[in-house]
Amino acid sequence: MSSSNTLDRPLAIMEPHGGLGVALIATLRRDLTLMLRRRSEVMNPLAFFALVITLFPLGLSPDPELLATVAPGLLWVAALLATLLSLDSLFRADFEDGSLEQLLLAPQPLAAMVLAKVMVHWLLTGLPLALMAPVLGLMLGLPAGSHLILMLALALGSASLSLVGAIGAALTVGLARGGVLLSLLVLPLYIPVLIFGAGAVQAALLGDGVAAHLAILGALLALAVMLAPWAIAAALRISVNG
Amino acid sequence: MSFRLQGCQLSCERDGRELFRDLDFDVEGGQILRIEGPNGSGKTSLLKILSGQLHDFDGELRWCDQPLARVRDHYLTNLLYLGHAPGVKAALTPLENLAWYQALAGDAGSEAARLTALERVGLLGFEDVPAAQLSAGQQRRVALARLELTPRPLWVLDEPFTAIDKQGVEALEQRLLAHARRGGSVILTTHHDLTPLGELRRIRLGEGGRHVIQ
Repeated sequence: MSSSNTLDRPLAIMEPHGGLGVALIATLRRDLTLMLRRRSEVMNPLAFFALVITLFPLGLSPDPELLATVAPGLLWVAALLATLLSLDSLFRADFEDGSLEQLLLAPQPLAAMVLAKVMVHWLLTGLPLALMAPVLGLMLGLPAGSHLILMLALALGSASLSLVGAIGAALTVGLARGGVLLSLLVLPLYIPVLIFGAGAVQAALLGDGVAAHLAILGALLALAVMLAPWAIAAALRISVNG
Repeated sequence: MSFRLQGCQLSCERDGRELFRDLDFDVEGGQILRIEGPNGSGKTSLLKILSGQLHDFDGELRWCDQPLARVRDHYLTNLLYLGHAPGVKAALTPLENLAWYQALAGDAGSEAARLTALERVGLLGFEDVPAAQLSAGQQRRVALARLELTPRPLWVLDEPFTAIDKQGVEALEQRLLAHARRGGSVILTTHHDLTPLGELRRIRLGEGGRHVIQ
C-alpha cells in the first residue's frame, strides 16, 4: 500500500453518506460478541429466574393445584425482576470506557443505534427467559397446554420490558449507584406488561381466549418500538451532558 | 473545499464556576489550535462543547458559516473526537475495535486497511490480543489508530499523548503536522511541549473566566 501517497493527498470535506445498515449490523455484532465473551452477565438473570422459581414450592406449598394457580403470576414477576436486574449494565460499560460518547458522535441516527443495543439485550435476556420459562412452569405444575402461550407472552412482553427499561438505564447511566433509582423509574411502566402478560397465561389455564391479551402485549410492544428509541437517545444525551 | 469552525462569544459555567466568558476563535483547514490551562480550567469542557456533546453553554458555534445545530450531520461526518477515555472495548481485539469504529462511519472498510492503521501506530502483532491484555499506552494507540483509519478533516483530541511513550509522542507529533499540511486541522489539549510543531495558535484558559488567545 502506498502509504505516503494517501498521506500527501489533500483532505476533502465529506458529505454525510449514510451507511446506517452497516453501522447497525456492526453494532449488533459487536454487542453480541461482547456479551458472549462475558457469559456470567448473560447467565445472571437466568440463574436468578431459576432460583426464585425453585424456592417458591419450598416456601409456599408443594400442592400442585395451588402452585398451578399462582404459577403465571410467579413466573412473570420473576422474569420481570430478572430483566430489571440486567438493565443497569446496558449502557454502563460503554459509558465508562468512552465508547458511548463515540456512539453519540457517530454520523448516524442515535435512536436507530440504541435500538440495535436494546435488541441485543432482548436476544440475550428476554428471549432466553422466555425459552426457559416452560421448564420452570413444569416445576410449578403448570399444565403443558399453556406452555406455548407462556413462551409467546414472555417473548413479546420482555421486548417491551427491554425497551422501556433502556430508557431508565440511559437516564441513570451517569450516576454511580443508579440501580434503585432505575427500578423506581421503570417499575410503574412495567405494570401494564405484567398484567396482560400474566393475564394471557391465566386465560390459557382457564381455557379462555388468549388472543386479546396477546394482541394488547403486541400493541404495547409496537408503541414501545416507536417511542422508546427516541426517549433512550434523548436520555443518553442528557446523561452524557452531566 | 475548505472548512471553518467558529466559536462566537462562547461562555460556559459549570457548578457555579465560570470557565470562560466571551471566547471567540476560529479554526480553518491547515491550522493546529492548542488549548492550554491548569487542571480544572475547563479544557475538556471546551472540547466537549466543540465536538457537540455539551450543550450547556452560551454563544454560538458555526461550521462552514452555518449554525452548527443546523448542519450537525455534516459536522459529525467530518469530525474525529478522541476523549479522555480511549473508547476501546477491553473484551475486543484491536481489529474488532477498529472494525466497529469504521462501520460507525457508515463504511464496512477492509481488514487490510485496519492492519495498516495498526501497523502505523506500532501495534502489529497485537491485532488479535484482547485489549484488556494490552498496556494503557497500547490501548491509547488503538484509539489513535482511528486517526489513520478514517480520514476526517477536523480532529478534536483531548490529551492524546496520555500514556504514550517517547517514540510514540514523536510519531504522533509528526502525524499532527502531516495532517495540518494536508489541509486538516487539529484542536487539542496537552501538557506536552510540542516544540517540533513550531509556534501554534493557542487559547489559554485561566482563573475566573479569563482567557488569552495567542
